[in-house]
Amino acid sequence: MRLTIRDAVLAVRKAPLLSALGVTTIGFSLFAFALFGLVALNIRKALEGVEERVEIRAFIVDNARVESVATAANEIARYNEVAKATVVTADEALERARRELGEFSDVFEAGVLPASIDIRLKPGFRDPRNVAAVASRVKTIEFVDDVRYGEEWIAQLYRLRNLAGVTSVVLGLAFAIVAVIIIGATIRMTVMARAREISIMKLVGATDGFIRRPFLLDGLVKGVLGGLLALAMSWAAAQVLERYLHFHAVFFDQRMIVFGLIGGALMGVLGSGYAVGRHLRQL
Amino acid sequence: MADNLGMIAFFNVSKEYPRSGLALRDATFRLAKGEFAFLTGASGAGKSTILKLAYFDEAPTAGEVRVSGMTSGDMSRRDIARVRRRLGIVFQDFRLLDDRTAEANIAFALEVTGVRHDQIASRVNRVLNQVGLASKAKALPKELSGGEQQRVAIARALVNDPFVLIADEPTGNLDEKATRSVFQLLRDINAAGTAVLMATHNLDLVRRTDYRRIELDQGRIVSDTTPTREALPSA
Repeated sequence: MRLTIRDAVLAVRKAPLLSALGVTTIGFSLFAFALFGLVALNIRKALEGVEERVEIRAFIVDNARVESVATAANEIARYNEVAKATVVTADEALERARRELGEFSDVFEAGVLPASIDIRLKPGFRDPRNVAAVASRVKTIEFVDDVRYGEEWIAQLYRLRNLAGVTSVVLGLAFAIVAVIIIGATIRMTVMARAREISIMKLVGATDGFIRRPFLLDGLVKGVLGGLLALAMSWAAAQVLERYLHFHAVFFDQRMIVFGLIGGALMGVLGSGYAVGRHLRQL
Repeated sequence: MADNLGMIAFFNVSKEYPRSGLALRDATFRLAKGEFAFLTGASGAGKSTILKLAYFDEAPTAGEVRVSGMTSGDMSRRDIARVRRRLGIVFQDFRLLDDRTAEANIAFALEVTGVRHDQIASRVNRVLNQVGLASKAKALPKELSGGEQQRVAIARALVNDPFVLIADEPTGNLDEKATRSVFQLLRDINAAGTAVLMATHNLDLVRRTDYRRIELDQGRIVSDTTPTREALPSA
């Protein structure tokens, strides 16, 4: 290990410009990846915000007993898919409608709107299938007159969510592959600069593993440094968006930053392993 | 297997390159423990090919190469690395690391093979003394003459106590005085028990000794002789 670290440090000291270029290249390729990540994250957050509004409203017949409705609401709240079930009386429904409609608030008269049980679903159960399943279950309750949940709207939202998810995965993978290739090409320059040393190592009996280790360490360090650079640039980009375009972008949380840096390190190691492995196979 | 230890053996070995064709045809010979043998022949005759096959830099197209009990064809890359630790390899162009001192170049061969750190300095000093360069331990290759650089390369080849020294034109880049001195060093090494397999163009050098000569022509071994002392030219 001591030798591995010494060799990696020596490589940086011998070619500091090449190393700086390597970190910068890795930083920019990871920055492109991080920018994409930020866009994907913000789209996901926006969709989550919309998804939270998915609600099933079970309208109650006029003559239903208040105690029965409350019991039913408690029963519904215990469904696996349900986060919350709230009883909304006719008066509360009227007040809410007036509040939501603002200047048209006087179109409703007392007694026009029925009481309801408003049902919010847990995350992960807001897809059309689960919403429809809960709605049909609720509909079987004796005093429930009608159930509404914006079937078409939920289906479209779900399609959009799926599309965003698949696009994120595909583009994310593509960006990651491009980043690994760029990192590999960058490390390959370091490998080429040390080709003579590697050939001598082979001649005197060094194993491939021994030769590979300092390069993997080099890739790891460059991956982490490149990741930090990419993080700083992404943060600066988010600040620019906020300050000049007044768009409040959601930034990576701590867990994501740690994952991102580990990802950068892994990409550095993978790119490095690929570059040095290719060189060793040619010897 | 024990018989093969410390020995190089070629059995009907041929080597064909995809672009340049046959470089070696049906070569069979053995190098015994402690033996000194020259490989001679014109450029392209197959001398370097034999040496590359002997240190498993190339695999034979046909036939079998056995070195130190290991056989070509069933060796992993790790096996090749292990065998090379028991060989000393020297080239015409020295192949030293320009940014490291003479002693660092020699220590390099020990470090990369996992020799314990506390043993390195003493082993490096021993071989530097053996090649007569103890006073140049701290010199960079560019500060040394061609002959001295080749001595450092030989010291690096010796530091792992090889059973055979494989030398590819070791005097090819040297003037006559340096040639004589490097060759004498190789003879001393051989006299101490290490086998030497040396490819050379320098027929003067070959004619002056009673060492075995394996002559190649267009990839074939055309003669394999050991001259008698009487046949040698008088010095």
